[in-house]
Amino acid sequence: MKIVGAFLLLLGLTWIIPAFQNYQLATVAAYLCATAGLTVLTGQNGQLSLGHGALMATGAYTVALMQNAIGVLVLSLAAGVLVTTAAGAVIGVAAARLRGPYLAGVTLAVAVVVPGIATMFDDVLGGDQGLTFYLAPPPFGYDFPFERWQAWIALGAALLTMLLLGNLAASRFGREFRAVRDDEIAAKLSGIHVARTQILAFVVSAAAAGLGGGVLAVLAQSVSPGAFSLTLSLFLVMAIVVGGLGSLAGAVWGAILLVALPDLTARVTDVFALSSAFAQRLEGNLPLAIFGITLIVVMILAPGGIQGLVRRVPYRLMVIAPLLRLVKGR
Amino acid sequence: MDRLAFLTVDGLSRGAVYAAMALALVLIWRGARIVNFAQGAMAVAAAYVAHSVTAATGSFWLGFAAALAAGLTLGWLAERLVMRHVGHDQPLNAVIVALGLVLLITAVLGIVYGNEFRPAPPAFDRTAGFAHLSPYDVFVFASVAVTVGALALLFTRTKVGLRLRASAFAPEVSRLLGVNVGGMLLLGWVLAAGVGALAGMLIIPTEFGLHPNAMDRSFVVAFTAAVVGGLDSPAGAVIGGLAVGLVLSFVGGYLGDQVTPLAIIVLLLAVLLIRPDGLFAKPAARRI
Repeated sequence: MKIVGAFLLLLGLTWIIPAFQNYQLATVAAYLCATAGLTVLTGQNGQLSLGHGALMATGAYTVALMQNAIGVLVLSLAAGVLVTTAAGAVIGVAAARLRGPYLAGVTLAVAVVVPGIATMFDDVLGGDQGLTFYLAPPPFGYDFPFERWQAWIALGAALLTMLLLGNLAASRFGREFRAVRDDEIAAKLSGIHVARTQILAFVVSAAAAGLGGGVLAVLAQSVSPGAFSLTLSLFLVMAIVVGGLGSLAGAVWGAILLVALPDLTARVTDVFALSSAFAQRLEGNLPLAIFGITLIVVMILAPGGIQGLVRRVPYRLMVIAPLLRLVKGR
Repeated sequence: MDRLAFLTVDGLSRGAVYAAMALALVLIWRGARIVNFAQGAMAVAAAYVAHSVTAATGSFWLGFAAALAAGLTLGWLAERLVMRHVGHDQPLNAVIVALGLVLLITAVLGIVYGNEFRPAPPAFDRTAGFAHLSPYDVFVFASVAVTVGALALLFTRTKVGLRLRASAFAPEVSRLLGVNVGGMLLLGWVLAAGVGALAGMLIIPTEFGLHPNAMDRSFVVAFTAAVVGGLDSPAGAVIGGLAVGLVLSFVGGYLGDQVTPLAIIVLLLAVLLIRPDGLFAKPAARRI
């Protein structure tokens, strides 16, 4: 219910905030699909994937191809999810037999190699240039802002993902995921089919990443291999780790960070009068550096991430709890 | 026949470099049970140092020496400042921290040098001469052979080597016997990073040039090579490197260059699914 409430609140917000903020909100929602999926896989099932950027690319390219072929957005997004799910199943079957650094190595190979496939089939996939596609205008008339429409699509996708993944985490499957993560042998002894659980986690997580990639493509109305480089995959891992491994709320923090941090650093560099060439270098790379340092520091000092810190703050110190008590008259 | 000979020499030459990178991975894995995913990025950083030194002094060899020194220093820094403090309760922790290092190093290189490709001229002529062997190939074979030989001597013939092997094999017992296990771990990182820097200096001139992400694909190939050989075996890393170099050279030569990326994944998956411990590992009793 909390999720639906937040969704309705954000939907209302899209009427108030300006177009660019709507676009940013939509981007957060698109990333949220992917970070939530990765949270289920890495945080709850213990399988590290460095290849989720490539899975997002799979979803994005499918949406682009479907948009150009048929042009019905719902169908395109569904196809994006379907194709990515199939890809996730293939990787998942292999992943279920691999552990720790081996799994990381294979998924790293996927992340590095898959963007190159666009150049391999450049007559269909458009090579390094990528593909552009047409997105039908919002069905509410032409004075309805396009960015608001995009934000609605993205928020819808994020809501669907969060509801499904939230329910999954609370179900028997979610408990099995965590049991396998904590102790594989104990899980096996208590009758859990370990490999099947791991494959299921990979498939679900891939589907979410595919939806996120598809929505990201809808926002840009184009796809290109450069948008889905190894760096994106590393960013996703960074986001869920810094957000807080294992909880879907951490995935929300991570998705917000992915959009907010580059924007923030761009604003900070704008303040200082830098030569344009240097400013350009900083703009692309400073967030990267901050992400890297944050990742190292969080991993060493606060493995719980932001969500862990939020949870550790005693409720009495927070403003909300005393207010609540005041309202309830206790 | 001519083509076969050319592809063989080229594959072995590239394979020798992958072997060096794989060897660096194995060095750290044996000592710390960590796959250093930052290996490629550290090697690129060393190559940029070489680029700067060469530009300032005009001497390729001064730059080369600077790259090796930078590699050793980076290994020292990575172990002392970062890796030593990682908790080992989860095998993922070290991987994630290494990825943080990748992001950080790539970003710093991008800020200092920019994200465009810079030319990285090879030290020797790369056009093939006698028996399809170019002077550059000879240089590659010689430097990798010297490195592998020196490491083999160090590990099997010196007291430091004995301590290195002992602390990797049984850290607790070694500590009781007075071996400085932490110091050995640090030495392992420094040696590995030095070897990695050498590999970077050898491979970058044969690719597109210097770029913050120049070693991404080479790292994946080197990881594949290390897995083919079994992460625990230095000899396996060398053989694995040569084998992977040959396979990729033949795939690229006969099926087309665009296919090689897929070949890397197929090869890696095939080895992991059929012989997860590598082709050269001795079967070990399962411990629970």
